[in-house]
Amino acid sequence: MQLSTDQLLDFYHLMVKIRSFEETLGSLFSKGLLGGTSHFCIGQEASAVGVVQGVRDTDWLVSNHRGHGHLLARRLNVYRVMAELLGRETGYCFGRGGSQHMCSMDEHFLGTNGITGGGIPIAAGAALALKCQKSDSIVVVFFGDGASNQGTFHETLNIASLWKLPIMFVCENNLYGMSNPVKRSVAGGGKVAPRAAGYAIPAQTLEGRDVELVWKATREAAERIRNGGGPELLELMTYRLCGHSKSEPRVYRTREEEDQMAKLDPLATFPKRLLELGCTQEQIDDAANSARKMVEDATQKALQDEPGDRHVALSGVFAEEEVSK
Amino acid sequence: MREVFYSKAVNEALDEELSRDSSVIMIGEDIGCYGGAFGVSKGLWEKYGAERIWETPISEGSITGIAVGAAMMGMKPVLEIMFMDFVALALDQMMNSAGKLHYMYGEQVTVPMVLRTPGGAKGGYGPSHSQMLSNLFVGIPGLKVVAPSTPKQVKGLLKSAIRDPNPVVFIENKRLYPQKGEIPEGEYLLPLDKAEVLSEGTDITLISYSSMTPVCLAVKNALQPHGINLEVVDLVSLQPLDTDTIFASVRKTGRVIIVEEACLTGGVAGEVSALIAEHCLDSLEAPVIRVGAADAPIPSSLDLEKFVLPQADDIVQAVKRIREWA
Ligand SMILES: Cc1ncc(C[n+]2csc(CCOP(=O)(O)OP(=O)(O)O)c2C)c(N)n1
Ligand SMILES: [Mg+2]
Repeated sequence: MQLSTDQLLDFYHLMVKIRSFEETLGSLFSKGLLGGTSHFCIGQEASAVGVVQGVRDTDWLVSNHRGHGHLLARRLNVYRVMAELLGRETGYCFGRGGSQHMCSMDEHFLGTNGITGGGIPIAAGAALALKCQKSDSIVVVFFGDGASNQGTFHETLNIASLWKLPIMFVCENNLYGMSNPVKRSVAGGGKVAPRAAGYAIPAQTLEGRDVELVWKATREAAERIRNGGGPELLELMTYRLCGHSKSEPRVYRTREEEDQMAKLDPLATFPKRLLELGCTQEQIDDAANSARKMVEDATQKALQDEPGDRHVALSGVFAEEEVSK
Repeated sequence: MREVFYSKAVNEALDEELSRDSSVIMIGEDIGCYGGAFGVSKGLWEKYGAERIWETPISEGSITGIAVGAAMMGMKPVLEIMFMDFVALALDQMMNSAGKLHYMYGEQVTVPMVLRTPGGAKGGYGPSHSQMLSNLFVGIPGLKVVAPSTPKQVKGLLKSAIRDPNPVVFIENKRLYPQKGEIPEGEYLLPLDKAEVLSEGTDITLISYSSMTPVCLAVKNALQPHGINLEVVDLVSLQPLDTDTIFASVRKTGRVIIVEEACLTGGVAGEVSALIAEHCLDSLEAPVIRVGAADAPIPSSLDLEKFVLPQADDIVQAVKRIREWA
């Protein structure tokens, strides 16, 4: 199946929305309007959009600490995502979860996760449930190169393979885990895909800044998994064109490297591709401007909202009844 | 009523819940044809098959996460961790996922899972296979913790734990598995948040749970002929604590000894005694005494083990000391 220009423009719209969202958070931090920390995915928008748009809306997503792209690519309500980050009661999780602990069951988004590697077995558990329930949905779990050094990655790949779970492992390899370069953390040359061979899981390493390529590979893998083929792993090579969190000074890499990588920025390259494919500059600008406007409006609206009260802080520790799917 | 082993009572609860609700599944190591390290799940794999009884590789960290994920999606996983010491490997998912998800995900999900694990020493199993680690879990918000001491309790409580919408840490006990007790005929459920007065008395309250409860009952019987009338209260639930039942007994006897198999420092006994000090000071006729394990690893040698773990005689000595207060 080919992507129509409308779809491609929509992907671009989503990518700009993510970029604009992250940049807005950056300025909210510098104005002191946001607490805690946050991990931006600037430069990694194509992998988020390509994967999330490559599966069905009824497929389940499990994300990690760098999850804003995944949330927005699934088209969660930008205003409610922003409200959650701002700690407002109108956020998806009443402000209890924030950036790293956000969930929307209605959108089949099983949550971002603040524990590196923590989401991987949870995703396999969700896939086990789908298998028990004879569902035709699959689970997609996002994690980083750094997370692939956790025991949960290896244990879960092994189990998912043994049990033929309907799960797609998506490693966004951005060459660093916080300050630690993959060459010093992922043995054998810094690639994660070869690890899957040890668990008899098919894996591919792809250019993660090419949204069309990611979309196509995801779609194909998803259908194989859906048809009972068992788990697969996609390693998407990418680069975060920003600090690990907030605005850290990036002492572990050179400005030269960053300049080189900036040339591959998907938001710089994709508009050129769109023109080649016959989109007009006006269409491209519209897609970008409407995305920025959505983020701007959502932010202004969320800033007006109130935080939760003591009851919001202290209730909800235990459930009275089951609310699971 | 009929007499069954504690381990059989667990097995019956699992069997009944598996047959009642197809969303109940079991996850654990060697729980298939082997029937679990202590034989508790014997026969269930044959009866329900590999699609309900998920026998796993040795991967506690991830199988706990798998139970969490399955629970979020509407299954009711019963996870077995072979020895309680091994919960160290499961702790991340219990603490950072199971206990937090309902709250932090804005009540959009529940985690109706049970982590079953045998705590306590069986005699000679040594430092990595003997601990009662109840204290690890009671300080983690969002987890319910129960530690039944009798076959009747363990069956009724496990069934309730499986049906509860929250994650429950279900502490069984290796020393209790081969002990027998009466259980009601037919189906019954017990509440997860209630203590049980197992034997009424007037002079001193012994508060305990899990394997120390039968020891307390034995001490009661031994001291009865000497004119000492002990009341034995079994906590059953460690989180939440049933303060109504605890305080009522303290107000009746005015003297309290709390007995547990876990280390004395930072344990459940310390928590219970703090609550008693806060709420029942007027009724106390003597300081609260705690009896527990020494703050030491548990040695393998049976001779050494008894110096570390609380013994019946330690309780008898505590009774003597508490009676010396006029
Ligand atoms: C268990 C755990 N250890 C460490 C951290 C701190 N931490 C947060 S993100 C991160 C780096 C993760 O690297 P990677 O998986 O490559 O994801 P990336 O940040 O590059 O997207 C670290 C060390 C954590 N949150 N959880
Ligand atoms: Mg990384």
